[in-house]
Amino acid sequence: MALVDETSIDQAAFRMSEATAGDFFALLKPRVMSLVVFTAFVGLVAAPVTINPLLAVIAILAIAIGAGASGALNMWYDADIDAVMTRTASRPVPAGRIQPHEALTFGLILSVLSVMTLGVLVNWLSATLLAFTIFFYAVVYTMWLKRWTPQNIVIGGAAGAIPPVIGWAAVTGSVSLESIVLFLIIFLWTPPHFWALALFKSDDYQRAGIPMMPNVAGQASTRRQIFAYALVLAPVGVLPWLLGYATPVYGVAALLLGAGFVWYAWKVLQMADDDRVMKPAKALFAYSLLYLFAIFAAYLADSVVERALAMGGA
Amino acid sequence: MTMVEDKLETVTLTDRQKKAQRSRSIAIGVALAVLVVIFYIATIVKFGHNLGTM
Repeated sequence: MALVDETSIDQAAFRMSEATAGDFFALLKPRVMSLVVFTAFVGLVAAPVTINPLLAVIAILAIAIGAGASGALNMWYDADIDAVMTRTASRPVPAGRIQPHEALTFGLILSVLSVMTLGVLVNWLSATLLAFTIFFYAVVYTMWLKRWTPQNIVIGGAAGAIPPVIGWAAVTGSVSLESIVLFLIIFLWTPPHFWALALFKSDDYQRAGIPMMPNVAGQASTRRQIFAYALVLAPVGVLPWLLGYATPVYGVAALLLGAGFVWYAWKVLQMADDDRVMKPAKALFAYSLLYLFAIFAAYLADSVVERALAMGGA
Repeated sequence: MTMVEDKLETVTLTDRQKKAQRSRSIAIGVALAVLVVIFYIATIVKFGHNLGTM
């Protein structure tokens, strides 16, 4: 008699993973991560003091991993609703390539690793902000707000808006009004961006039972709110120039970009109630991505050029 | 004991599972190597800075 009885393993209960490294990378939401990296980089470079370039790279990497970790935790918790939405059904967890507990473990390990790395190697203020961002996105937004209120992405948008503040804090060890203005730009950009998407994906959200604004308040109200946010966002985008943090060149660029945003939002406001194609909403969604990238790129270029000129004149 | 261990080998990986496992192993190896390099560089940078200010 053998010490251990041999039993056949139930293949369903003991499934060997077929998840590739690419599937785990997809858990990090790379597209969202790229936006986080870019805005954090702008905050880091625009800060009035400099940091060792190697530590800057490490800071950006830690922020990227932290953002990715919160994405993995989001995909773990939201697997049930991701499965019924066309946009998200092919994600690794709902598609069955990664088990929920694997996504959870992956997200938790990367959360701890990214926060500790940023804290030990850069500074603890930026690490605390990163930890808060992960908590806010994974717990406050994903577990609480998303399924509860149509203001989900308004409040939850704070998580996506913090990266430039973290980048700034990584260099300066503080949070200033300048970095808060960068936070405000992303914070006010988030609702019109996601509501434009929610307009032409409202069936998806309805099926998943997520209370997005068009499903709760109706399409007409959502269109009005998008326009209202665009009207607030446009002048806030110009604030860095008005407050003296950027040159008039940035001011003009921000003004034009903001005017474009208001224009696209206006087209959405004019959209007919029975419009099923929703071209204006799709156009605003695409433009909003361009807007955020362009306004941060303009701010980055402005900071770099201004500093180079100041050094040349010194 | 060897007989028992041999008998317990009841899971045979499919080609797809082997490929996925290899992909994960390489990724973990690369990630660990990157982590080692990061902490090495950061230690040199911070240590060098402290030496300079002494």
